[in-house]
Amino acid sequence: MTETLPPNTGFVAAAYLVFVALLLIYVTIMSIRASRLERELDQLLREEDEEAVVVEAVAEETVSGEAGR
Amino acid sequence: MPTSKRLYGNRLAILAPLATVVVLASLALAFFQAPIEADQGFSQKIIYIHVPLAITTLIGFIWGGICAIQYLRSGDPRDDLRSYTAIHQSLIFCIGALLTGMIWAKASWGQWWVWDEPTLVSFLIVFLLYCTYQPLRFSIEDPERQSRYAAVFAVVAGAFVPLNFIAVRLADPLIHPRVLGTAEGGLTPGMRPAFYLGILGALLLFFTLCRYEMANKHTRAQLKALKRRFGQDAPARAGRSSAPEVPAR
Repeated sequence: MTETLPPNTGFVAAAYLVFVALLLIYVTIMSIRASRLERELDQLLREEDEEAVVVEAVAEETVSGEAGR
Repeated sequence: MPTSKRLYGNRLAILAPLATVVVLASLALAFFQAPIEADQGFSQKIIYIHVPLAITTLIGFIWGGICAIQYLRSGDPRDDLRSYTAIHQSLIFCIGALLTGMIWAKASWGQWWVWDEPTLVSFLIVFLLYCTYQPLRFSIEDPERQSRYAAVFAVVAGAFVPLNFIAVRLADPLIHPRVLGTAEGGLTPGMRPAFYLGILGALLLFFTLCRYEMANKHTRAQLKALKRRFGQDAPARAGRSSAPEVPAR
């Protein structure tokens, strides 16, 4: 197989691999950070929704209690 | 709206695929359309990645300086973040340019590094100069002073980059080929599309990654602000950091 490849193919492959490796390392680090942020943000939004549901329920209870009186 | 869309916005959704397409197209042109150079043979294909990385590095450093001038004029922390991100990305591109350059040197000259070659040494000096940027930021605790001092550094170093480039081009004993501008070592017409598309691809990749990093930092700031609003424990600035403090949008 090596007979069909031009000379210095290894160097060319190494140079392009360096580029791809650098890019992959950077993107992996950034995506790990981003997914952590996404998780935290989702959790906060869920908490906000739950809080809103509780507030709504309390408000409804108060209104129905006042109407019953 | 999905969270990822909310985090990165529409511009990144356009930039990222565009950068990918242009980079892949330039690689395809470099390997399947550009002719093999008579002197260097197949190893010349390295320049389609090495030179765009080097040019983007230098443009990124200058862009970092321009954003730093903007910061000094406006005092807007977003300009400081732009300058910080540009310099950070340029350093990564610089490592790529140095490593691919060394591989090319080994293939062409039989040596990994030539110390009496002005192009190589000056590029290394620029890299080492910018390596001090992050430690400089980290050494200053007060965020405002940190941003101001870092901006002054970015302006001075940014001005040094083109001066250094011109000085090297004027230097006489060169063995490093001149890809742009001169007859010897220049590109043949068949090589130019791949090369210029390579530069465009590297620039697009640079700005995509800058945007990605800035979106990440903005989101972190927003998250902190949200946590504080919900009464959770989230300090405004978690210990000392070299990264700029970003206001929540």
